[in-house]
Amino acid sequence: MVELVVRAADLAKPNGDVIMIEYQNIFTQVQVRGPAEMGIDNENNMSAERIGTPWFSTLAGWVGNAQLGPVYLGWTGMIALATGLLWFNIVGLNMLAQVGWSIPEFLRQFFWLALEPPGPEWGLRMPPLNEGGWYIISSIFLLVSVSTWWLRSYLLAQQHKMGKHVAWAFAAAIWLFLVLGLFRPILMGSWSEAVPYGIFPHLDWTTAFSIRYGNLYYNPFHALSIVFLYGSVLLFAMHGATILAVARFGGDRELEQIYDRGTASERAALFWRWTMGFNATMEGIHRWAWWFAVLCPITGGIGILLTGTVVDNWFIWAQEHSFAPMYDGSYGYENYGSYEAFVGQEK
Amino acid sequence: MLPNWFNVWNKENPTNVYGPAILVGILGGAIFVAIMIVVWGQPAATSSLQTGPRGIGMSMTEFNSDLDTPDPDIALISENEPYIPDGSEALAKDIYSNVQVLGDVTEDNFNRLMGAMTEWVAPDQGCAYCHGDGDIETYGEDTLYTKVVARRMIEMTQNINEGWDGHVNANKQVGVTCMTCHRGQNVPSEIWFKIDPVNEATAGWPAVQNRATPLSQYTSLPSNALEAYLLNYERIGVHDLESRVKNAPGDPLIQQTERTYSLMNYFSNSLGRNCVLCHNTRAFYDPEQVTPQWSTASQGIAMVQEINNDYLVPLGDVLPDTRMGPVHGDAPKAACKTCHKGYQQPLQGTNVIKDWPELATTGAPVYK
Repeated sequence: MVELVVRAADLAKPNGDVIMIEYQNIFTQVQVRGPAEMGIDNENNMSAERIGTPWFSTLAGWVGNAQLGPVYLGWTGMIALATGLLWFNIVGLNMLAQVGWSIPEFLRQFFWLALEPPGPEWGLRMPPLNEGGWYIISSIFLLVSVSTWWLRSYLLAQQHKMGKHVAWAFAAAIWLFLVLGLFRPILMGSWSEAVPYGIFPHLDWTTAFSIRYGNLYYNPFHALSIVFLYGSVLLFAMHGATILAVARFGGDRELEQIYDRGTASERAALFWRWTMGFNATMEGIHRWAWWFAVLCPITGGIGILLTGTVVDNWFIWAQEHSFAPMYDGSYGYENYGSYEAFVGQEK
Repeated sequence: MLPNWFNVWNKENPTNVYGPAILVGILGGAIFVAIMIVVWGQPAATSSLQTGPRGIGMSMTEFNSDLDTPDPDIALISENEPYIPDGSEALAKDIYSNVQVLGDVTEDNFNRLMGAMTEWVAPDQGCAYCHGDGDIETYGEDTLYTKVVARRMIEMTQNINEGWDGHVNANKQVGVTCMTCHRGQNVPSEIWFKIDPVNEATAGWPAVQNRATPLSQYTSLPSNALEAYLLNYERIGVHDLESRVKNAPGDPLIQQTERTYSLMNYFSNSLGRNCVLCHNTRAFYDPEQVTPQWSTASQGIAMVQEINNDYLVPLGDVLPDTRMGPVHGDAPKAACKTCHKGYQQPLQGTNVIKDWPELATTGAPVYK
């Protein structure tokens, strides 16, 4: 393992002045360059499967590690990339065919175009290619691609003797993906319930899905999902800000702070406890963040799975459960003003 | 150019002027804008009209500059008072030949209406647009398609005023005349033709959506909403009104919901209004949470279905190819925007029927 240490002498200017070391966590101005770090090799013979000669990018160094590569591809990576590329190309070529193979029209309409699932008349049968068959075929490739990429995140963690937290977090997202494209369509008995592959069309689907099932706003699991989504954002901001704020005391060395609490942790903890009476711990905050992140797609997926299979109209359901209040007041603008006065046509 | 002592002094006293300059510039700019808004007022001021219970966002908001600009087409309407008959006048059917729809109108009023129709529909071509270049004796002939169409359109106008009073005069007496749609054009603006399928190499639902077209309101929603709902009488519905699953065959699916959404976008653009003119958007379907305008619009849907099926589509047999649709060669059809032209009430609620009792009824005109 190559030791990378910044010595003050390395940062000396030719005229003898010594630069104050600026430690910045993003847009790092000081970029350390040495021989490329090749990483560990162990009994799993990982090095043999790493490909690519590493190189350095100043741009990458501004936001993270300047060293790019080598990368582990392996059989999972190859299958994931190949099937993912097949899905990508099937979707793209179908879009291109829809505009008569016209590249300018393809560019112009790109955000509008989509590969749509089969129509409702096909149920769970395999339709002709031009009526959703391509959608089914491409979806199988996408499923293989996502699954092998998940396996890759699991196996690599195993080889590094790491916990599998990344793989399980990714699995939470895959749960939502499978609910949308596999589990719910099967329960509904029709592939037409799946989400189209297109920029605007998948947004149309989202709106129509909410409206069709009586306003997803009244789906409690949708509400929980939003709590965890916004909660994740809040936690991310609080944690990021706290660590940046104590970086000057070494707070960014979070792992060290976990087992050997220093003044950075003490100050961060005191700040929050004196601000709101409670503070997370240096380790616990990462569990907070992980659970908030994974609960967002897990609860969302439950909400989607229940929609149309158990509950058909969330607004009426909410009325029955007494949490959709009725509002006092009249409907119709006549009760609040006149059209003629509003548009300045009062005679 | 600058004196030497100045350059020397600058060199010996290096100062970062850019930081403070940017700070002062931004702060100064912000203060200037704030003062201007306070002194001159909001440059893009808006007004709004509430449409439902407070606190749920049911409100129509417009820029004051738009509200201050009346519909320019209102100026096209001129006073043209009818001649009140005393019962002794000759009627059009007794004087002219082949008068099929306005026969009970007195000669003076008949010619008054003929002159007005020329202004409304063919101001450049004049009488000849329908009656040809022949002498007045030939005016009874039905040689030009325009005359046959015009006769049917008079019948349509009378039917709209009489049979669809609940929609047209929902708020007050305004009525419709040829001008409501034509506005001085031979063919009204905002008519529509079938254009689906819009995508190649595909069939079924994917073939009628996911293209930016005028009929999809430039969204990726289906382009056949007007055809399905305003021509083919398909049921407009998006919800299942059971809380728990009780799917019945024919219940709307996501596909029907998207197509309805396309129609609602068209409604919105036709009237220059948003969803909350008619709906409380938390429960679009709920009859207890819609405004009276929802009922008016519902009658409008039925009216347009009748206009298209009973009047416009049959005229496809009479119209020349140049007047037919570019894709399917279908007859031109009407919908909300053909009359409304982007205004909540056509011509902003101007009463256009008051001078034209002849067009207000399918029977004999009633003069007051």
